[in-house]
Amino acid sequence: MSEFLRTLLVLVWKDILLEVRSRELVLSVLVFGLLVAVVFNFALDVTPQRVTALAPGILWVAFAFAATMAMSRAFVREREQGGLEGLLLSPVSRDAIFLGKALTNFVFMFLVELVLLPVFAVLFEFSALSFTLIVTIVLATLGFALVGTLFSAIAVQTRSREIMLPVLFFPVILPVIIGAVEASTRAIGGETTVGFGRWLPLLAVFDAVFLVICPWVFSFVVEE
Amino acid sequence: MTVAETGQTEPAQAPSPGSPRRPEGVRRSRDLRAYLVVLGGVMMLADLYLIFRVAPTDSILGDVQRVFYFHVPIAIMSFLAFFLVFVASIAYLIKRTPGWDRLAQASAEVGVVFVTLALITGVIWARPVWGVWWTWEPRLTTTMILWLIYVAYLMVRAYASNPSQGARYSAVVGIVGFVDVPIVYYSVIWWRSIHPDPVVGPLSQQNSLESTMALVLLFSFVTLLILFVYLVAQRMALRNAEDQLGGIRSAMRRRAGSAL
Repeated sequence: MSEFLRTLLVLVWKDILLEVRSRELVLSVLVFGLLVAVVFNFALDVTPQRVTALAPGILWVAFAFAATMAMSRAFVREREQGGLEGLLLSPVSRDAIFLGKALTNFVFMFLVELVLLPVFAVLFEFSALSFTLIVTIVLATLGFALVGTLFSAIAVQTRSREIMLPVLFFPVILPVIIGAVEASTRAIGGETTVGFGRWLPLLAVFDAVFLVICPWVFSFVVEE
Repeated sequence: MTVAETGQTEPAQAPSPGSPRRPEGVRRSRDLRAYLVVLGGVMMLADLYLIFRVAPTDSILGDVQRVFYFHVPIAIMSFLAFFLVFVASIAYLIKRTPGWDRLAQASAEVGVVFVTLALITGVIWARPVWGVWWTWEPRLTTTMILWLIYVAYLMVRAYASNPSQGARYSAVVGIVGFVDVPIVYYSVIWWRSIHPDPVVGPLSQQNSLESTMALVLLFSFVTLLILFVYLVAQRMALRNAEDQLGGIRSAMRRRAGSAL
């Protein structure tokens, strides 16, 4: 098990190192997330009275769009440089390759969200300092990362891959968006426990289900 | 038989009509489908007669209620279709026999047609009965998400770079999509219970069916089941022919290449 963990960390470290040196993903996704916020501000006319109703929706639409942007890049680099073949030839289990990629996507998205959240809080004037909001973001981003990594591995091999990822990703991820928006509404609205009862477990169940299924089916995606 | 396998065995067999096994099987399958289409056609006519002439007009909803005899069986058939896709996808990934992939593809395509029909008949029903074309009610929402997932399934298959890749990728989508459906359903139910729906149809309370109505519904159900089985069988036979043609073509190309 510790061997598995070490492999996982090496795989994640490889991607982080690539990102640190190329700086092409996290920054552009951040700018994209900010743009979504600006567009929504004009599209929905966010006034202080309506901010609790609108802010969670804007937040999660921005996060979900940013996630598809980030994850569509995840396997492009591997494909262009033949990195995936190298990984598949190395003595590493398919589970580790999948979980490593998913963990990288999780780390990148979580970083982006940690920067975007206070910016959104300032722009729309809501309180972002809430433990439950952070838990919601962690659980929802994990769901994004698991499903998104699997589908981006599929989409990158198909024609018209820029369209395939969102087309696959959004219908399946819908429960996460519902759960995250509902939990965030309560967190931003200042509720502490009421109503959280079912939304955070929903996100946790989604994560657990796909944590089991995605690595299994991923081994069929990359075999060649 | 995979494409590669047919490529090796088919050219020897295809020109000689005397080879015993395959034409026999093809004929039997064609006979079965011919039987199904005749039976289904007759039953469909009888079903229409029953729906419009025999079934009593609903006392509250009027004639629009008759769409229900098609709507309910079609919706149930589409769920059956996607369950078949799920089972066939798992079986294909484990066994790798192309028969499972043909079944998955055929029921996904027929399922998308059926779920589209279910949504359209549902909208026709909703407008006079609920007063709106659409409401974000759990079953409607889940049906729409089903439609989106399986359209994506067909897109993955269509846009894959080769058929065997398309088979594997769509099997993965068929599994992940089906597992997702109950989670979508419950999340929408909980979401709805917080934003209560103002449009509650009279039908949600009235769930007792008059006995003639129940019989017509049952007949309709059997008719559409036959139609469904026929369409899936027909699509599988078509796909079988496509695969064989592909095998023959690649074998001919190979032979032409080696002759040069």
